[in-house]
Amino acid sequence: MDEPSTAGQRSLVASPVRVVSARASLRTRLANLIERRELLFSLITSDIRIKYKGSALGLFWSMLSPALTLATYYLVFSVFLKNGIPLFVVYLFAGLIVWNMFQSAVSSATGVIVDRAGLVKKVSFPREILALSNVGASVIYFVIQVVVLAIFLAIIGHAPAWSFLWLLPISFLALYLLTASIAVVMSAITVYLRDVRHLMDVVLQLWFWVSPVVYSYENSIAPALRIRGLTALYFINPMTPIILTFQRIFYVNTTVRSTTTGLPLHILPAWSMTTFAVVNLGLLAFAIVLFLVALVIFGRLEGNFESEL
Amino acid sequence: MTNVIEVEDISKRFTIHHERNQTLKERILHPRSGSSEIFDALSDINFTVEQGETLGIVGHNGSGKSTLLKCICGVLKPTTGQIRLRGNLAALLELGAGFQHELSGRDNVYLYGSMLGFTRKMVDAIFDEVVAFSELEHFIDTPVKFYSSGMYVRLAFAVAVNVNPDILVVDEVLAVGDERFQAKCIDRIRHFQREGRTILLVTHQADTVRAICDRAIVLDHGNMIADGPVTDALRIFRGRLLGDVTDHRPGGAGVVTIDGLTAPSGSFEVRHGGNLHFDATLTCDHAVSGNLVIEVFTRTGLLVSRNDAEAAPVSLRPGVNKIGVDLADVPLLDGVYDINVGLVEPQGATMLAWREKAASLQVLYDGRSSGVVAIESSVTQW
Repeated sequence: MDEPSTAGQRSLVASPVRVVSARASLRTRLANLIERRELLFSLITSDIRIKYKGSALGLFWSMLSPALTLATYYLVFSVFLKNGIPLFVVYLFAGLIVWNMFQSAVSSATGVIVDRAGLVKKVSFPREILALSNVGASVIYFVIQVVVLAIFLAIIGHAPAWSFLWLLPISFLALYLLTASIAVVMSAITVYLRDVRHLMDVVLQLWFWVSPVVYSYENSIAPALRIRGLTALYFINPMTPIILTFQRIFYVNTTVRSTTTGLPLHILPAWSMTTFAVVNLGLLAFAIVLFLVALVIFGRLEGNFESEL
Repeated sequence: MTNVIEVEDISKRFTIHHERNQTLKERILHPRSGSSEIFDALSDINFTVEQGETLGIVGHNGSGKSTLLKCICGVLKPTTGQIRLRGNLAALLELGAGFQHELSGRDNVYLYGSMLGFTRKMVDAIFDEVVAFSELEHFIDTPVKFYSSGMYVRLAFAVAVNVNPDILVVDEVLAVGDERFQAKCIDRIRHFQREGRTILLVTHQADTVRAICDRAIVLDHGNMIADGPVTDALRIFRGRLLGDVTDHRPGGAGVVTIDGLTAPSGSFEVRHGGNLHFDATLTCDHAVSGNLVIEVFTRTGLLVSRNDAEAAPVSLRPGVNKIGVDLADVPLLDGVYDINVGLVEPQGATMLAWREKAASLQVLYDGRSSGVVAIESSVTQW
C-alpha cells in the first residue's frame, strides 16, 4: 500500500489500544466509566433540560416544589396534626431528602435501558452510564433540597449540629454509591424481566415504611425492637443509618420536650459522634464494595442485551 | 504501518427467542416454553486494518456485515475473540440515534458529540464547522422534533465527520440526503482519506466500494470469504450472489453459463469512435429468455457504462447459443477496459448468469486528450 499523506493526522503508533471482547475486567469497566464522564454530565443536563423544557420558571421549579412541600408540612404539623414533637417538619424533611434521592433515582433508573433501547443498540458507551445519569439527576435535586432546607433553617433560626456536619459528605457518598448500585443492577435486570419495574414500585413503598422518615425511630419503634431483640434486623436496611445521620445533623436534638404533654421525648438514638462516624464509615466501605459488585453483575447481564431489547 | 483495527477470531452468536417470556408470570409458569434458536451471525472473522486504509465490507443481507461493524464499534460484544482498536472512532451506524427530540439542534450536537466520546471542549472547537456543514444555521436552536428527516440526518452526519475521528465507520448512510449533500459526504470521506484517516464502509452497493475503498472483505452467512483488492473481492461477492441465485431457483430450472466472448476479428481492439462486434456464447439446458447486460470498466475499477438490460432481450434455446453484440461509436480514449457480461431475467430482478472480465477491450486513440471519454470542447475568445 502507498504511504498515505499524513497531513492533519497524527500517527497512532503510540495511541492506547482499546479492546472489545466478551468480558471486560472490572478495572477496564471503571476506566471506561471515568473516561466517559463527559457523557454522564451531558445526559444529566439533557435530562434536566427536557424535564423543565417549555416551563417558564424552569429549574426554579425544582426549588419551589420542595419549598412549598416544606411550607405545607410546617403548617400541617404545627397547627393541625400536632404530634408533640417540636419542629417536626425539620425532622421529617431531613429524612425525606435522603429518601427522595434514593427513591427517584432507583425508580427512574429501573426502566432506563429498556426505554433507551434505541440508543443502547446503536451507540457505543458504557451502558451503566444511563442508570448513573438518572442517579446524577437525583443528586442535583437532592442538592437543591438541601439548599432549600438550609434556607428554611436560617429563616426559623434553627442551627444544625455543626460538630456533626463533617459526617454529611461521608453519609452522602454512602447514599450515592448505595443508590447507584441498586439503580445499575435493577436497570439490567429489567431488560430480562420487565415486571421488575412494577415490582420495584411496591418494594420502594414498603422500603419507605421500614425507614424512619415519617416516624421517629427512637420514639416509636426502637423500644419494641429492643424488647424482641430485633434491632439488628431493622438496621439491615442501609437507608436507616443514613437517614438517622441526616436527622442528627439537621434536627440536632436527640431528646426534646413534648409540646403537648411537656414530657421528654427520645427522638433520635443518643449515639456519640464516634458511633455515628463508625457507622457511616462502615456503611461507606460496604457501599463501595456493593458498587463494584453491581458493576460486575451489570457486566454479566449486558452481554445479552441485544437479544432481549 | 500501524494496525489500527485488529479483529481476532471474532464470533457472534445470537439467541433468537420465538416466543418471548418476559413477564415474571410467564417465566414462572412456563420456564422452558418458548422455543429459541441459536444463530451464528459471525464465525471466526480475522483481519487487520492499517492506518489510512479504506476498507469496504460487502455482503448480501444477513451476511453479518452490520453485526461485524457493531462489534468493531463496541455496540455489540462478540461472543468470542477480541477486537483491538487504536485511536478514537466515530460510528455512523444510524444517524441521529442519540438525538433527544425535545432538545435543540445545538444541545443535540453536544450530546451526540459526547456519545461519540468527545469532550465538550472538542465540540466547542468544531461547533461552527458542524453547523456550516449541516447547513442548518437558521434552525440550530429549534428542537430537533421539528426537523425534517433530511435535516436530522444532516446534523448527525455533520457532527460525526467534523469531530475528526481517527477511524470513521459508515454503515450504508451515504444513501441519505439529497444528491448534493451525498456528494458533499463523499467529498468529506475523500478528504479523510487524504488526511490518512482510516475508514470502514459497509454497503451492498458494489459501485460505492469501487469508488471509495482500497480493499474489501466479503462476508457470506457470517464467514469471511474474501479479503483483498476491491476488484477481486467484488468478483467473489458477485460470484457468491449468483451462486445463491442458482441454489435457490425454484422448480428445478436448469443452469445457464456464459462460456465466453469471441471477436470475429480475433481481437478486442477498436479505434476511438469505431464499432466493435463480438459474439457471446451461452450454454443452457432449457429454453430461457432474459436480457443481456454489458458492463465496461476501466482497469482502475471505474464503471464506464452499464447498458440497460431491457434494451437487449434474448431467447435462448437448450444447447449452445451465440449472441452477437455490437458496440457502436466507442467514445473511450486510449487504454484497456474490462467487459463483464451477464444475463438477467426479463423482470430484471434475478441474475441468471454472470461473467466478470469476460474480455479485455483495447481502445486505440491517436488524439491528445486523456481520461476515459472524449468530450468535444472548443474555445472561443470574444
